[in-house]
Amino acid sequence: MNLDFSVVARAIPFLAEGLALSFLLTAVAMAGGTAIGLVLAVIRLSTWRSAGLVAAAYVNGFRAIPLVLVIFWFYFLVPLALGHPVSALQSAIIAFVLFEAAYYSEIIRAGLASVRVGQWQAASASGLGYIQTLRLIILPQALRNMLPVMISQAVILFQDTSLVYVISLRDFMTSASIVANRDNRLVEIYLFAALVYFVICSTGAWSASVLSRKRSLA
Amino acid sequence: MNYAWDWSVLAQSPYLGWLISGLEMTLLISLSAWSIALVLGGVVGVLSQLPSWQLRAATSLYISAFRNVPLLLQLFIWFFVVPEILPTAWGHWLKRDLPFPELVTSILALGVFTSARVAVQVASGVAAVPKGQRMAALASGMNIAQIYGLVLLPQAFRIVLPPLTSDFLTIFKNSALALTIGVFELTAQSRQVESYTFHGFEAFTAATFAYLLVAALVTLFMRLLERQTALPSGVGAA
Repeated sequence: MNLDFSVVARAIPFLAEGLALSFLLTAVAMAGGTAIGLVLAVIRLSTWRSAGLVAAAYVNGFRAIPLVLVIFWFYFLVPLALGHPVSALQSAIIAFVLFEAAYYSEIIRAGLASVRVGQWQAASASGLGYIQTLRLIILPQALRNMLPVMISQAVILFQDTSLVYVISLRDFMTSASIVANRDNRLVEIYLFAALVYFVICSTGAWSASVLSRKRSLA
Repeated sequence: MNYAWDWSVLAQSPYLGWLISGLEMTLLISLSAWSIALVLGGVVGVLSQLPSWQLRAATSLYISAFRNVPLLLQLFIWFFVVPEILPTAWGHWLKRDLPFPELVTSILALGVFTSARVAVQVASGVAAVPKGQRMAALASGMNIAQIYGLVLLPQAFRIVLPPLTSDFLTIFKNSALALTIGVFELTAQSRQVESYTFHGFEAFTAATFAYLLVAALVTLFMRLLERQTALPSGVGAA
């Protein structure tokens, strides 16, 4: 067989646009997922039992079903719920934020639990309120503990954004598939796409492991 | 929300049959891929712990290659690229004579993808067995195969059962990706019910509950397994 990698060079501008969308989706899902995940984690750790059960059902429910199914759910549900058509990007963003919230809430919950109880007690003895304790004492320490896991999760999330392929949203994966089929150069394009994902994700995984090694020395 | 719910669609023929066959396909893919992942992941995990830098380099390349490329792309590479870059005769066989190519490719891709994750767990399990165990086995005159087969692995697998549960659960979810190369598993079938009846939400709800049920059963099974295999010494579940 004869490989022709010049096709890759010609496709670079198109693929770069796709890659930008992949990064955008990752960033939005991470920010939104962390925010909602923090709320879910705090509710689950609080003494408010009924809300804790609802939050637990949310987290365990999302964690038990495939992301592809979640993407389909929101692709059809969001336009109906809002009463007007929305773009595939908007429905994908909503699906990813709500889906990732379940995963980030577990990471944050473990991070909050990793801070020793004495910290809560000392803060409360110093006259700090619940929110103040969380914001000033617990979260800064918890964040340091959970940073490596959060980066690992971001790497997984970045790979998962490729699933928007099923609703034809043009991220890096979908763009690669479009070019591969248009130019009938599946081997070259898919191998190149794999290399790009590999470099980005290995870098992320490597920085997570460096961070966690630094933490374990401290 | 303006939507006419009609749950009877789920009980109608052929839609019920589609969903059931989809669930069967999901179970078939996941369980077959899990067997591949356990065997391959176990081997790679053990090799990565042996005292040889070549083996360590090779296994860490294997693990990072399969962990750092999205499963969807790996699936496409197995399906579209591998038959092209193999020797011509093999490629022809894959493209023309392999029975159920989409199904077999999905199982293989998912199995190898998951094996990299299993290998990491097994390696950390082996590393978590107290050093004295290995030394005592060595001092009793065991060879490497015996040390791993009789002493280290039986304990390592018990230690990593809880994290393995999460990989086992993930494989059922990841099996949904097989729909991208045309395997009609559960998610694909619910999607098909949607396009035939426009009652997608009923079908998605049914699929969601099926996945939840599978997850609950797998969790229960693994808990029982943890309890059954726990050792009096406290290795494994309490």
